[in-house]
Amino acid sequence: MTQTFRLENGGLINRDKKLSFKFNGKTYYGYEGDTLASALIANGVHLVGRSFKYHRPRGFFGAGVDEPYAIVQLYRNNETEPNIKATEQELFEGLEAKSVNCWPSVNFDIGAINNFLKIFLPAGFYYKTFMWPKSFWYRVYEPFIRKAAGLGVASTKHDKERYEHKYEYCDLLIAGSGPSGLASAYAAAKNGARVILAEDKPRFGGSLLTNDVNIGNQSGEDWANSIIAELKEMPNVVVKNRSQVFGYYDHNMLVMSEKVSDHLPKTKKYHPKQRLWYIRAKEVLISSGSIERPLVFGNNDTPGVMLSSAAKEYLKVYGVLVGKNPLVFTNNDSGYETAIEFKKNGINPIILDSRINPQSEIINEAINLGINIKFSYVVVAAQGYKKVNSADIAKISDDKKQLGTVENIKCDCICVSGFWTPTIHLASQSGNKTKFKEEIDAFVPGTSKQNETTLGAANGIFTLEETLKDSFTAGQDLSKKITNNDNKISFPNVVEKKSSQHDKFWCVPLPEGKNYKRFLDFQNDVSVSDIEIALKEGYRSIEHVKRYTTLGMATDQGKTSNLNGLQLVSDIENKVVPAVGHTTFRPPYTPISIGAIVGREVGKHSKPTRKSPMHSWHEKNNAVFVDAGVWLRPRYYKQGNETLFEASKREAKNVRTNVGVCDVTTLGKIDIKGPDAAELLNRVYTNAWLKLPVGKARYGVMLREDGIVMDDGTTTRISENHYHMTTTTAQAANVLSHLEYYLQLVWPELNVNVVSTTEQWAGAAIAGPKSRQLLEKLFPNNDVSNEGLPFMGYMESDLFGVKARIFRISFSGELAYEVNVESDNGNFMWEKIIELGKEFQVQPYGTEALSTLRIEMGHVAGSELDGRTIPYDTSLDGLVSKKKDFIGKRSLNREAFTSEDRQKIVGVVPLDKKTSIPEGSHLVKDAKAPLPNKKLGHISASCWSVEHDNPFSLAILKDGKNMIGEKLFVMSPLKNKVIPVEIVSSHYVDPKGERVRS
Amino acid sequence: MLHIKCPYCGMRSQNEFSYGGDASVKRPELNKEISDQEWDSFVYNRKSLRGKHLELWQHLSGCRQWIKVERDTATHEIFNTYKADEEIS
Repeated sequence: MTQTFRLENGGLINRDKKLSFKFNGKTYYGYEGDTLASALIANGVHLVGRSFKYHRPRGFFGAGVDEPYAIVQLYRNNETEPNIKATEQELFEGLEAKSVNCWPSVNFDIGAINNFLKIFLPAGFYYKTFMWPKSFWYRVYEPFIRKAAGLGVASTKHDKERYEHKYEYCDLLIAGSGPSGLASAYAAAKNGARVILAEDKPRFGGSLLTNDVNIGNQSGEDWANSIIAELKEMPNVVVKNRSQVFGYYDHNMLVMSEKVSDHLPKTKKYHPKQRLWYIRAKEVLISSGSIERPLVFGNNDTPGVMLSSAAKEYLKVYGVLVGKNPLVFTNNDSGYETAIEFKKNGINPIILDSRINPQSEIINEAINLGINIKFSYVVVAAQGYKKVNSADIAKISDDKKQLGTVENIKCDCICVSGFWTPTIHLASQSGNKTKFKEEIDAFVPGTSKQNETTLGAANGIFTLEETLKDSFTAGQDLSKKITNNDNKISFPNVVEKKSSQHDKFWCVPLPEGKNYKRFLDFQNDVSVSDIEIALKEGYRSIEHVKRYTTLGMATDQGKTSNLNGLQLVSDIENKVVPAVGHTTFRPPYTPISIGAIVGREVGKHSKPTRKSPMHSWHEKNNAVFVDAGVWLRPRYYKQGNETLFEASKREAKNVRTNVGVCDVTTLGKIDIKGPDAAELLNRVYTNAWLKLPVGKARYGVMLREDGIVMDDGTTTRISENHYHMTTTTAQAANVLSHLEYYLQLVWPELNVNVVSTTEQWAGAAIAGPKSRQLLEKLFPNNDVSNEGLPFMGYMESDLFGVKARIFRISFSGELAYEVNVESDNGNFMWEKIIELGKEFQVQPYGTEALSTLRIEMGHVAGSELDGRTIPYDTSLDGLVSKKKDFIGKRSLNREAFTSEDRQKIVGVVPLDKKTSIPEGSHLVKDAKAPLPNKKLGHISASCWSVEHDNPFSLAILKDGKNMIGEKLFVMSPLKNKVIPVEIVSSHYVDPKGERVRS
Repeated sequence: MLHIKCPYCGMRSQNEFSYGGDASVKRPELNKEISDQEWDSFVYNRKSLRGKHLELWQHLSGCRQWIKVERDTATHEIFNTYKADEEIS
């Protein structure tokens, strides 16, 4: 197929580089520099999709970010991406795209039957219809809506592309590289300010690329190119194309999405596909321009009806004709500029101008070129189904209410211009209260809220000279404030054509006896009659009308439809537009891919991973790892075909009979120093700390101010004013912040310093009856006997030349020690323990065995200290000092905390001694009681007791103190289990705690 | 994202900080007899102000200092920041 709509010459495309691409399976050709849209139009393809609700044929309406129609499924490098705008996607060799929302094909779409049933799909249709019968929702309505409403199809594969985040600071961020963006960037850059200039399109220059203007004796395009070339050379300027500033957040933080590789067939090695920039700017210049407004008439959604500015852009930038027999329908001078471009390229357009007798330089030029102009004329309806083939036109009365005789004229496209809507999204997002500007029938930014300044067309200024003057001044003044430089720039001579006032008319009345659909929102199929129905049904607030009719709620967020919708509501309601107000502009301005938002934080990188110094040893010895917060810990060490259950049982049993070693590096460690260290501990922990001797450890519990247990652990007095605190793995960071809070804010008079040393020490717990024998081998020069190193004792030693700390503490309930060495020596220590422990049958054990050991001993951990329990609940009340005050003590007096039947930790054993009890199950008195069955408590942790060889659980049970010996039921509706159980003491093994002291 | 001036480190992004609630709350002194009501008020009762609010933030991923920030809860405007022990006029 040849590019029959491509001009012989002209445009900014590279005609030396021909590219082939596929659309709906058919091969076409375009040029480098084309968009998918321009290349398709060059090939005469105008049917690219089907509309959302009625499945009406869809073509192209715009030429950029405002496009409501041309949304395609893109295939690139064996990946697929939905909802890509053909008007934004740059062409590359081998590009493949398909239409969406049509089945079986874009030319024959079964859903289009909705078009003939449209009487059934008025405003609020979904709300009204799918309410009943209720049972129809899952079976009939939802599948139907899903199929009908689907836009593109997301890939279910892992996205292999790389997305990056970048944080940047600058003096001035300038959004948009049209005349105002270029002028302000240039002035600010010359003053030495750090400038970022962002342009969403591939080419810089904005309207200068398509408007027939002259700046400093150069064409607009040449001037733009020379400014950009100069800016690119300046070290204080970052110039970015394909970069959309889409969100304005607090404290002048803006987010920009840079499409780094989307225009290439394949992302280059080490390059990201897209990059998200978080930019903190001192000043923000919004030069986002304006978007042309459509005019509303019958069947104005037919392919071939498009914005006149888009038609001009296809012509001037891409050398493509949107039609060879164009009709231009306008209420202002912009339509003339498009018509003049057609004429200059040998095409004869017809202009219909709704105005009675407008006069201007541009109109005169059109007249002099011999263009056929009909004043006071309007398009009543477009004709043609898959493409415009003619237009019904008529003269309109001066009051715009009466249509004359309708005549039909041939045309192959209708270019519409209903004047311009400033793109005020960023200003509005910053908090700026916008105001309505009567002369242009549109909203413009009001008083700046943050450090934002809106310039040019975005500010409702439509003449080039004024725009450039404002922008040079703004760039100069704002940068001067920051850099104190004051380089004056001479203002270039500007030549532009003067235009006349636009017509306030925008919606063509229906001719007698006709009921054409006149669309406002082209993507969501919202027509004039839908708004009328909504208002008749009593919807008044524009926010409600929007949600009821879905006006402006499609992926284009109403860029071309919102203002016309407001106009209609205000016309019907007889209000002025500002009284109706506009709906809220929220970021993002344009859809942003989820990949870009997520950045590199995917998979393993979604959180940091911390590994102990012994990690590689664990790996080599078949450890199966588990996530413990951000740490990776060995869950068990697999031997042969062992299951988790078998392995953990073996490991736990070996601790009870021989000796085991467990990596406890992950425990939080805090170094506490200072003369008031003991006083701090005394206030933080519930038990007494002032008399702990040097060389001794003590177990402590700390509370929050509300009396709930926060954390537990041992703290050791290393020397007179030096303590070593351990915390649970999970609470390590919180405990440090907690201590800092009290030291810095509450008791600044305490002379204490705290610092985390979690990563400085590697730790190994050596537990089991043979642990002392192993310790004697490890530290032959120390007296580690029960007298030399008693329970809760501490000594410093030397492990074959390596500094070591030995704590006699136990989590397993066995005779046990914890040895700490500096992290770099962790692996050395571990290997020594394994090597010298061989004769005592030492085995490493993971977190699963660790849990088993502590559960059957009745030692509490995170699952009992779950943020809902007080010391009494977890049998830690013996540690609560009656004599001194501490954090949270006053709360323990609360009525609920002291009630007689307060919950308390108990042990739970199934009556059959076989059935394992799921964690989280509830305990009830009567398994057959009607629902809701009263819950008496819950299972906090379960294990297989290696000592008793039957299942054992811990539970937090109401009135637990008096429940020992009771028979209850464990219920787990999730696992569909009902288990009769007996309540026993939580200390299932060695209740007197003799082993740890042996 | 807020931009908070740490009195020790300068302007930093919000994601380096963690929020610590109302800075005007004063913990009752240790060992002091106080009523249940006073204690409850200290532990649980906080005003949810609209407007100027003096609050605590910790510069967690920076100098780890707890600081006081005077912020408008409605507009997020930050008027001033103070060191923990700084007199606030």
